[in-house]
Amino acid sequence: MTAKIITVTSGKGGVGKTTATANIAVALAQMGQRVVCLDADIGLRNLDVVMGLENRIVYDLVDVIEGRCRLKQAMIRDKRFDELHLIPAAQTRDKNAVSPSDMVKLGDELREEADWVIIDSPAGIERGFRNAIAPADEILVVTNPDVSAVRDADRIIGLIEAEQKEPAKLIINRMHPEMVQRGDMLDAQDVLDLLAVKLIGIVPEDEHVIISTNVGKPVVLEEKSMAGQAFRNISRRLMGDEVPLLNLDYKDDFITKLSRIFK
Amino acid sequence: MIEPKSKFPIKGFREGLLITIGEGDWQKQIDELLLHIDGQQEFFEGAKVAIDVNERKLRAAEVSKLRDKLADRRVSLFALLSKSAATEAVAETLGLSTKKSDLKSGTGELPHALHGGENALIIHKTLRSGASVKFAGDVVVDGDVNPGAEIMASGSIYIWGILRGTAHAGIEGSRKELIAALEIETSHLRIADVDYQEPKIKVRIKKKAEKAFLDGKNIKIVDSDQYKRLE
Repeated sequence: MTAKIITVTSGKGGVGKTTATANIAVALAQMGQRVVCLDADIGLRNLDVVMGLENRIVYDLVDVIEGRCRLKQAMIRDKRFDELHLIPAAQTRDKNAVSPSDMVKLGDELREEADWVIIDSPAGIERGFRNAIAPADEILVVTNPDVSAVRDADRIIGLIEAEQKEPAKLIINRMHPEMVQRGDMLDAQDVLDLLAVKLIGIVPEDEHVIISTNVGKPVVLEEKSMAGQAFRNISRRLMGDEVPLLNLDYKDDFITKLSRIFK
Repeated sequence: MIEPKSKFPIKGFREGLLITIGEGDWQKQIDELLLHIDGQQEFFEGAKVAIDVNERKLRAAEVSKLRDKLADRRVSLFALLSKSAATEAVAETLGLSTKKSDLKSGTGELPHALHGGENALIIHKTLRSGASVKFAGDVVVDGDVNPGAEIMASGSIYIWGILRGTAHAGIEGSRKELIAALEIETSHLRIADVDYQEPKIKVRIKKKAEKAFLDGKNIKIVDSDQYKRLE
């Protein structure tokens, strides 16, 4: 069986691409899948930190591409799951060290090594972004429910369409149910109306995410975390399961229902 | 500045180089061009390049592959000029410039429709942030126009969807042009040389299509059935 390659991208920085990549990868590994994560954010590597693997790095993506090591040597095994590996980005190079065709070649080699390859894309719409999406079978666009993140997501989705890739799927990250309730935040429907793509998950704002990032332990490993649950659900949807969207605890009492009708 | 040895006419502009690619097999032409560039690395390195493909129809994959190949040689493709509306649309979605006026200042010539007589450009998709359409004639969009996208037409603009981006009708000064959309959710409207004055606040619940037109000095938005075009 050969791997499916998924690229996580966003346009805007800081919306949660790396968090999403790490958590989806760990959740897939929890389900017994063989997963390789690839950090394509060359020069600004982060995925190793979020996964708690920075101390194990010897070789990186650019070493593989420039032939200084074999693919297997650059694949760092995760602490918790034997079938989860990370190929870190180079920290001392920039994105011009790699071309989109290098990435396609690397992706094809990785297909033999895993069931899933999850690529973490850099922010922006330049070379780094094109490198990251070049080998992708499927692209997940992460956005936050705010107008600037949504506009960048729109731009990215347009560029993905122009590359004639499969239509992207959307993750709405850092949703704040109470703020939506108060009318202070875009709700999921507003975002979907504008972007007109398929939704693959909504992840609530959750302070567990920050705590777990700092200790290098992805939040899906926290049973009680809502965000963790949301990422587990996204991974199950990638596997083809029908999973309903999380109930984000909207306080749907009589008055708010009534006021929504008259809004 | 003209490169006499090349079989590709290459002209120098203030912004960079303009390379014309003639008829014949695209892949073969590109291979030859790349070979030519490899042979004159010093000349081309760091150059900004516009490519004129005349009437050739190109797919997005072909253009982005060429751009990658050029980027590998440290040559950046910034514009793709074509008489084919399809190729232009491809270039625009890839964020490439399509206007000759971007190379040479002054000319400001607008692309015309290929099919004689039918001076309308029909776009069968949603225009997303970053897309820019400029056309001599009417523009019809079968989809939405999202924030950050813009349409400029010398004629009218018809959007079978929601207008959230920028629309400028009558860019050559015609004041009878209009902007029509199922819903107008933006204040970035311009007809001829007049801007929409009021900040648009979405309070009206509309179930009908809307039209914006120039009424004397100001642009007005009304239900489409309240406005019949005056000839």
